[in-house]
Amino acid sequence: MQDARHTPLYECHLRHGGKMVAFGGWALPVQYAGILAEHTAVREACGLFDVSHMGEIMLTGKDAPALLNDLCTNDFTSLETGRCRYSPMCYPDGGTVDDLIVYKLDEAKYLVIVNASNCEKDCAWMREHAASYKDAVPENISAGVAQLALQGPAFRDALSRVGVEGGLPGKPYAFVEKMKVGGAICLVSTTGYTGEPGVEIYLQPKDAPALFDALVAAGALPCGLGSRDTLRFEASMPLYGHELDRDITPLEAGLKSFVKLHKPDFIGKAALAESPPQRRRIGLELLDRGVARENCPVLDAEGRAVGRTTSGGFAPTLGKNMAMALVTHEAAEQDKLFIEVRGRRLAAGRVGLPFYKTAHK
Amino acid sequence: MIPNDRKYTKDHEWVMIDGDMATVGLTDFAQHMLGDIVFVELPQPGDSVEAGGRLAVVESVKAASDVLSVPAGEVVESNTALEDAPEKLNSDPWGAWIARVRVTTLNEETLLNQDAYAALVKVEEEKA
Repeated sequence: MQDARHTPLYECHLRHGGKMVAFGGWALPVQYAGILAEHTAVREACGLFDVSHMGEIMLTGKDAPALLNDLCTNDFTSLETGRCRYSPMCYPDGGTVDDLIVYKLDEAKYLVIVNASNCEKDCAWMREHAASYKDAVPENISAGVAQLALQGPAFRDALSRVGVEGGLPGKPYAFVEKMKVGGAICLVSTTGYTGEPGVEIYLQPKDAPALFDALVAAGALPCGLGSRDTLRFEASMPLYGHELDRDITPLEAGLKSFVKLHKPDFIGKAALAESPPQRRRIGLELLDRGVARENCPVLDAEGRAVGRTTSGGFAPTLGKNMAMALVTHEAAEQDKLFIEVRGRRLAAGRVGLPFYKTAHK
Repeated sequence: MIPNDRKYTKDHEWVMIDGDMATVGLTDFAQHMLGDIVFVELPQPGDSVEAGGRLAVVESVKAASDVLSVPAGEVVESNTALEDAPEKLNSDPWGAWIARVRVTTLNEETLLNQDAYAALVKVEEEKA
């Protein structure tokens, strides 16, 4: 905890009663009021997260789109200025380097948002591949960027209460640069990691505490990492290190729609195209009493090992204990499987993903 | 307030001793640190437990934590009301017991009284 880095909002978290923990080298609140209360606030009203630990890489140069198309499995040829696009980034063997979101600022300028704990690895990976392009320069600008996530159906009310100059992006996965929110110049995107409508707000570190306080005063409940995880888990969004990893391909993780095998080439294409995935990500609902976390063995009815859980726990909106698992294709067709938790075999029924889909717009 | 009708462990459990019966629960500080509790894996009557062995598992929204047994002995009863209402460990930590153990051996020197436990909580709260 002593060595953990502070985000620009560290003092703010202490002031609002955040329970601080070390997470991926950062001191961040795991919760304020409580994970369930925060989870519910985001599903029904509005919550506010400090996500300043996320990595930001600015990719500039005429060859930036070509480099992105080489590095990422998704296709950036058709991405318009002012829009965002999600993509996995793979190793030649199809394993995942990271998953990220690309913001197109202009034809030769892209903002790439990556996982905090992968940022340096990603930067090195991008630089290594940028070397074979004439004009593509990745630069890690994370230290100069604060990020807030305002999530939940009432997010517009909170924004209007703090005062917004300029219109919000009209569609999901779009953004507006140089918007004024609560007096601060921000980049605002209609993105998030909760399964609810909302925005992510990028701004200068010096402006972040005042905007955080203003949004809380405007009715947004401060939320920590705990509810960030339960919300993304219910929405069945992949988390690097869980559903995606060095040895998990995006196809195994069920991210086929973000893997454009029709592209002329990209790193990992041959491996992904030639060897079909051996495992599939599925959803499970625990039928017996108990909670299955990540890395619990999954067994079939005959007791054969067929895979493992990648994330698991209580899904507050569903009021049920759920798990995501990577299992063999054969097992993925079974209606009922078993999860081993501390030597006990808990029955689990297969359910579709995502576990939760919002009705809010 | 920390009640003075029972003893405490450094792991933030409470133990109420009555003859050879020990009733075990979690302190208010423990439930606070765990956060919202959603499931308790209870021992079965007849299970034998060792001193320092796992008596139960408490699952909060974010993690699983072992409840360790102070006495060695045999589980006589577990609080099955927690199966349907695990959140009672949050709302009523001093009332929501987890299990009763018939004690065969118990090292009472490892237990803290009300004042010593209150002092421990104060130190922990300053750390947090």
